[in-house]
Amino acid sequence: MSVELTGAEITIRCLQEEGVNCIFGYPGGAVLFIYDELFKQDKVRHILVRHEQAAIHAADGYARSSNKVGVALVTSGPGVTNAVTGIATAYMDSIPLVVISGQVPTSAIGLDAFQEVDAVGITRPCVKHNFLVKDVTELAQTIKKAFYIASTGRPGPVLVDIPKDVSQQKTKFVYPDKITMRSYNPVVKGHSRQIKKAAELILSAKRPVIYAGGGVILSDAAPQLTELVQMLNFPCTNTLMGLGGYPATDKQSLGMLGMHGTYEANMAMQYCDVLVAVGARFDDRVIGNPKHFSNENRKIIHIDIDPSSISKRVKVDVPIVGDVLDVLKELLKLLKAGKEKPDQASLKEWWKQIELWRERDCLKYDRDSKIIKPQMVIEKLFNITKGDAFITSDVGQHQMWAAQFYKFDKPRRWINSGGLGTMGFGMPAAMGVQLANPKGKVACITGEASIQMCIQELSTCKQYKLPLKIVNLNNRYMGMVRQWQEFFHGNRYAESYMNALPDFVKLAESYGHIGMKIERPEDVEGALKEAFKLKDQLVFMDFITDQTENVFPMVPGGKGLSEMILV
Amino acid sequence: MRHIISLLMENEAGALSRVAGLFSARGYNIESLSVAPTEDPTLSRMTLVTIGSDEVVEQVTKQLNKLIEVVKIIDLNEGNHIERELMLVKVRAIGSDREEVKRLVEIFRGCIIDVTDKSYTIELTGTSSKLDAFLEAIERSAVLETVRTGASGIGRGEWILKV
Repeated sequence: MSVELTGAEITIRCLQEEGVNCIFGYPGGAVLFIYDELFKQDKVRHILVRHEQAAIHAADGYARSSNKVGVALVTSGPGVTNAVTGIATAYMDSIPLVVISGQVPTSAIGLDAFQEVDAVGITRPCVKHNFLVKDVTELAQTIKKAFYIASTGRPGPVLVDIPKDVSQQKTKFVYPDKITMRSYNPVVKGHSRQIKKAAELILSAKRPVIYAGGGVILSDAAPQLTELVQMLNFPCTNTLMGLGGYPATDKQSLGMLGMHGTYEANMAMQYCDVLVAVGARFDDRVIGNPKHFSNENRKIIHIDIDPSSISKRVKVDVPIVGDVLDVLKELLKLLKAGKEKPDQASLKEWWKQIELWRERDCLKYDRDSKIIKPQMVIEKLFNITKGDAFITSDVGQHQMWAAQFYKFDKPRRWINSGGLGTMGFGMPAAMGVQLANPKGKVACITGEASIQMCIQELSTCKQYKLPLKIVNLNNRYMGMVRQWQEFFHGNRYAESYMNALPDFVKLAESYGHIGMKIERPEDVEGALKEAFKLKDQLVFMDFITDQTENVFPMVPGGKGLSEMILV
Repeated sequence: MRHIISLLMENEAGALSRVAGLFSARGYNIESLSVAPTEDPTLSRMTLVTIGSDEVVEQVTKQLNKLIEVVKIIDLNEGNHIERELMLVKVRAIGSDREEVKRLVEIFRGCIIDVTDKSYTIELTGTSSKLDAFLEAIERSAVLETVRTGASGIGRGEWILKV
């Protein structure tokens, strides 16, 4: 006869069964029984953050850099509402998370109890799915479902809300090996006839482009994408979420596309005749105005696991619903077996055109400036880390410069909030990355505005000795807001100037970290080198950068991809 | 264009709010929505009437399909289907109007299910447009109260929505 366990014990046992060895959280009244069980075991390590938003971002960074499901544990009420920003961030970028939240006892639900919030209701629009567990006998199966749903199909966050009395009640513990749900059966394999059509279209291309997004990273298909691109000698551009899916230092890479994409990538997108979209979703920051985009004639192949991503903003000719990895494998097999090749003369012409666009040198900036240029800091960071670091970022100009100037050759090295654009994401995400990759070099590229949105996590970094390298590009402005105000609001810098900044060096030191302030271009390289030599220390580098620098190229809102503002 | 979408979903607390929430979050129209458990009590059947271009309705069905609790979904407009809605109408009926209303009810093949000396309550089923036509035909000022269920739909012949 099996022993009966409490809901709290079952929760922890489920995490152990799922192979979870690190979770992020913050205790509170409704989760005390669960914390008590955490205390009694040592298989699941708990990382105590300083704010629930950071718990979710850290679990998110953990997931993005490791391809495991990230797990967070928060209490009811404010614990959940604080977590919402993090959950929405993960949802927009399709990151697999299981968030366990405490809830007031079932008898108190709906009575406006202390720290009660309708967690399932409040998170409903920003989760892949959520559950309120009302009966302890359903707990184990619900947690199993949560992991299954989070990690399969198009991944996403799943919330499991556990009332306090459920965590206290006892039942027999059986963890199901497998789960089948009649209402949830994500497609994996692409339709073979569609894949065949895609192969034919690819072979007929004269001006092809491969446009690869976050789906390539999520399905671990970077090697297959790379093989496809190189076998065909096609140009490849990656979205913000897809950086690292194809090696950025390779000559066939056009860099990032979109609002702040390269001139060559955006022009190639606009004027190609066959576009192969792989795990990307044609969002507003990528193709700009969809009408303008549709003005040019091109055939589009779209590979995506989510049918609702297909023909949402742009009509496509060959939709393939399936896992990117699976579809790419099939496509490669087909193309290799056929031995046919696209018209090489046309392809040569197309590459010539692309080289002309490249010569425009759209990412140029003043390298002789007497003030530190933010782009230069990132280039140096790339050189010093030999392109091999994990880079997280916050949101704004620094994020775009990081995406443009750090050449990602490997997947899961670039961790940023692409969809929701959450300031405050960078440092907590970096904590998760560091915990998932204890030996990895982890740098957080941020700005003085973003970093202050989760600055309290310097304390968590101290507690767990996380040797992050914080690259603060400090221009004393909310840079991207300032840039838009300069371009579109007559230089009226409404509330985008940060007065009363802290002394970041002293701030870092007060948490037991190392702070550096770098004000001259000639000191940038030395500072970065020194920081990375301090292997066991968090180093906060406050780079005082040019206040007037803007991110170029730029496709203004509502404009077409080829209507870029250039330097 | 008006589309009538039928779906089977897990009969679970909160499933309905996911559907309703999806429509408001994505800015889709709901004309009517009716839902009740089926012969299998673990399943609910929902009929949704929405208005939108073909592209929008395609997105609506794809997004509904993405909801974890939705088991199956069809757009009834893609084939032959039957649609019915139930309406209860309370009308003022005094003196000579009583005969007039009775005649109208007969023409529309409804029935009077409650009578007082001042009013009739009429039960009427049919397509939504038939119910509209009845309300047009009856004198506006005589209508005291109306209740409509929203449309229910089912495919014709062998076209079956089942798990």
